[in-house]
Amino acid sequence: MIEIKDLHKQFGELQVLKGISIDIKESEVVCVIGPSGSGKSTFLRCINLLEMPSSGEIFIDDEKITDRKININKIREEAGMVFQHFNLFPHKTTIQNVALAPIKVRKLSKAEAEKRAHDLLKKVGLEDKANVYPSALSGGQKQRVAIARALAMHPKLMLFDEPTSALDPEMVGEVLGVMKDLAQAGMTMVVVTHEMGFAREVADRVLFMDDGLIVEQGTPHDIFSNAKHERTRSFLSKVL
Amino acid sequence: MSLLSTYLEHIIKVLPDLIVGSMITIEITSFSLFFGMILGTISGLGKLSRKRILRYLSIVYIDFIRGTPLLVQILLFYYGLPGLYSNVTGNPLSIDPIIAGIIVCSINSGAYIAEIVRAGIQSIDRGQMEAARSLGMNESMAMREIILPQAFRRIIPPLGNEFIALLKDSSLLAVIGVHELLKTGQLYISRTFAAFPVYIAVALMYLILTILISRLVAYSERRLGVSDRN
Repeated sequence: MIEIKDLHKQFGELQVLKGISIDIKESEVVCVIGPSGSGKSTFLRCINLLEMPSSGEIFIDDEKITDRKININKIREEAGMVFQHFNLFPHKTTIQNVALAPIKVRKLSKAEAEKRAHDLLKKVGLEDKANVYPSALSGGQKQRVAIARALAMHPKLMLFDEPTSALDPEMVGEVLGVMKDLAQAGMTMVVVTHEMGFAREVADRVLFMDDGLIVEQGTPHDIFSNAKHERTRSFLSKVL
Repeated sequence: MSLLSTYLEHIIKVLPDLIVGSMITIEITSFSLFFGMILGTISGLGKLSRKRILRYLSIVYIDFIRGTPLLVQILLFYYGLPGLYSNVTGNPLSIDPIIAGIIVCSINSGAYIAEIVRAGIQSIDRGQMEAARSLGMNESMAMREIILPQAFRRIIPPLGNEFIALLKDSSLLAVIGVHELLKTGQLYISRTFAAFPVYIAVALMYLILTILISRLVAYSERRLGVSDRN
């Protein structure tokens, strides 16, 4: 479903991605782990072109999205993104946050979009918060709204950029629970995370990145119990 | 004692004129703020644009207006431009002083508001634009739906300052014969020579108007700030 070939990204002199190649199948859940500064987030942001790759090719469903002629907005409609800091729209209520893009981008009627937004809020357990503003939500609730907001566009895949890193520990579980449901429902997901428990339990494949490259990849068992590379082992020994 | 009663008499006599003049002052200030907001938003966005030509046009406009005195701008627009027009075409051109006043004040406040708008937009977290874009919104839609509504709430206090400054600066339009607050007072003085009580009355009228505006600004700040407290 996603095919990435020799992806490079540099910011000025700084080489952040030094040649990433990977195929991701439909319904696959891929967790990306690695030390900070290893390029995990940049890799993820390249997939929906929030960062423009410096070179290399990315295909989503055989469509070359790194093509200059492509309509970037169309690509982004298909790839939902969840951010570390939620980035909810503070001047919109919860339900407006979820319904806005379907109304404006997909041209759904307000009633239809809000009905679907309601269903999504129910799915993430927040139907009673439909009419409050984000400032009245806890971190975990904000992130669940952010997931509902991304799902409202009916994306083909979901990208998660450290979705639980900004949360108080007691709220991590509720967000991971929603993500787990999503994975079980067959959503294609790429998750940059520091939650090794989640990666071990939910991921089909784990990528270990360091210094702009995929050092090692495999099933959670391969990575967490049988890592072949010294760098992987030393990283895991620090975080596990 | 008799001096005080003479002064009070003058103030009572001039007051109806001053109220009429205040109306003109409020009219000019409100229209100028409205058009100034439009101009300011356009050139504030222009200054942040990726297109070099828009950026340069905005910078030239803002720098020219902020770098020259309003009094000079008023005289240039009201006397200078019609002069140029008749030199070139041979026909006379006269502009209604109130219309001229609104145009000059709009252009003038637009330049100051442009900087307020630019700072307001830049104060919004980058993540807001990224979130909007990641949902498939294009840049102008994201600006309209997400960035500008938040930026406008944030810039209400500096806009209030601009409103007050504009109201006071509109007194300069007296020099081109606009019958605004100051001018109505001056006309009365020219008939009666009662400079002290009338100028005091004029000053107090401006004070009342600016206090009213700051109350209005504080009120709208409270009303619009409800959802944004985080």
